[in-house]
Amino acid sequence: MSDTPSDAPAETEEAAQPAGPPPDPEREALLEALRADLGDALLDAQIIPEDLVIRVDRTAWRRVAETLKIRHGFEYFCFLSGIDWLKSPELETRYEQVYGAIEGEEAASDGDPSPFLGDRVGGGDGRFTVFLRLQNLRTKLGITVKADLDDANPAVETLIAVFRGADWHERETWEMFGFDFTGHPALRHIYLPTEFEGFPLRKDFPLLARAVKPWPGLVDKEPIPGEDEEEEANA
Amino acid sequence: MTLTEQQQVSYIASQAAEARVRFELETEGMTLNIGPQHPATHGTLRIVCRLDGEQVVWADPVCGYMHRGYEKLVEARKYQQVTTLINRIDWLGHFANEVPFILAVERLYEVEAPERAQWLRTIFFEMARIANITLFLGDMGVQLGAITPVFYAFRDREHVLNLMEAVTGGRFHPNFDRVGGLKDDLPKGWGDETKAVMRKVEEFCDQMENLLVGNEIFEKRTRGIGVVPQKVALEYGLSGANLRSTGVDWDIRRDEPSPLAWKHADWKVITHTAGDSFARYWVRLQETREAAKIVTQLIDGLPSGPIMAKMPARLRVPKGEAWVHTENPLGEMGYYVVSDGGPSGPFRCKIRTPSFNNISILPWLLRGTYVPDVVAILASLYFILGDIDR
Repeated sequence: MSDTPSDAPAETEEAAQPAGPPPDPEREALLEALRADLGDALLDAQIIPEDLVIRVDRTAWRRVAETLKIRHGFEYFCFLSGIDWLKSPELETRYEQVYGAIEGEEAASDGDPSPFLGDRVGGGDGRFTVFLRLQNLRTKLGITVKADLDDANPAVETLIAVFRGADWHERETWEMFGFDFTGHPALRHIYLPTEFEGFPLRKDFPLLARAVKPWPGLVDKEPIPGEDEEEEANA
Repeated sequence: MTLTEQQQVSYIASQAAEARVRFELETEGMTLNIGPQHPATHGTLRIVCRLDGEQVVWADPVCGYMHRGYEKLVEARKYQQVTTLINRIDWLGHFANEVPFILAVERLYEVEAPERAQWLRTIFFEMARIANITLFLGDMGVQLGAITPVFYAFRDREHVLNLMEAVTGGRFHPNFDRVGGLKDDLPKGWGDETKAVMRKVEEFCDQMENLLVGNEIFEKRTRGIGVVPQKVALEYGLSGANLRSTGVDWDIRRDEPSPLAWKHADWKVITHTAGDSFARYWVRLQETREAAKIVTQLIDGLPSGPIMAKMPARLRVPKGEAWVHTENPLGEMGYYVVSDGGPSGPFRCKIRTPSFNNISILPWLLRGTYVPDVVAILASLYFILGDIDR
């Protein structure tokens, strides 16, 4: 509670500056309550238009889910998944491959030396993030809970005991991202064949269809209507 | 009518003989493999059931026979190209798949489609619901041995698909929603035709109610079968009619602010408290009626104006994250879109599909049921394979 007054105004200013969204008293109140309940486990939080994103410590992952479910009424389990923040070189060059280089348009890398994408909602700078979406059906508010995982050994505690539906979602996340959910009774493949190797949704896993046969892109380069309007007007 | 002594003795003897046979024969469990090609699975879902006699001891759904890896494919496409893919997630609810994604991109791009486009989106969204659920209403009968309803369903669904084709050019995959609006406006005379079709849809609902809901066999096969308690439904993240049939009064169309036009129509959220297969059927039946009501009202009040906001040809979505979900025909569908601010498409797009959660309850739900009921429960949960395997 002690750090609440110092943190809260900073948060609202941050959220208000870029787009100027309307104030959101319901979510502000919820965030205050969460700060009080979660304490140090709550690393960062951000209110974006019609949404609240919090980032928590990965060691408190299960405790956070329990607290949200039992004390704050987030009973509805929506989904659980992961994000790999590695900037994929393949994706950055894709635009030029498809449409040809365009003057004035530089690729996604904005001179940021980090190999991972920055400026995330809710902060964080590691490679892997596991995130969870819950909904409170009474107050009609939803919440996204994120936790940054270890780059080399991404692992987090399972949520099966809190939400039974987490079972399949954790199996899918394990299969697609290689996150280990400690305590999960059977981390088996759910979509892919049993002998499949690699984690397809990681950014360093190539999209084989594209690697084998490159995307043809714009075959006949017609002028794009919106862009050439000015030229037409001049002519 | 009284039994003679001899009849009684022979009856007792036969019972004793049967009991002896049962005792002497091995009756340990067997494994029954339902699917991947079974009519009850709407595609290629495989369910491995361990049986003890006629009862299911455990069931393990095996999905992935149709996994197409949309979350990866989306990362290699631009925002405008994504709608072509996501049309094919829930192929019966075609247009409804596009809406939450487009709304998420619009929120990131901070653009709003004009009023008329939002109304038209709502109309097409509800028509996708009708096209989707009419098929369920007939198909549920087929799974229980009634062949007639499905013919009615296909007949009346055809009208809706024809209307979609008239506007979008696509019967199954309209690919009509754009960031900032819609591709085209309505053809002439479409509104009146649609209202006539909506009356047909309501008639169809009455027919289904007469054919199935009052039917003794149908009720015996569905009432009290596959009961989902409210708490379990919430923990598994069931959504749509599956959740509302357990007594949860939750509909994203009504309960969350949305730029779409549901707030301008007068309609009801249908709930049922039983949580069984019958309740799920009944809720969907009433929802189809409500959807027809929404479409009729919105066509009457359709505002005029442009259908597309001013958008650049090359879309560069600013850095950010957005989660938008809508109440799709099958349940809650949502997209968590992460943009890296570059000229390419989404950096990451988590697709939350309703059927995945709806089916994840099967191991819990099928335990202890009888084999014929497995089919009834599968049909009543109503899933589309593309929606599970995306």
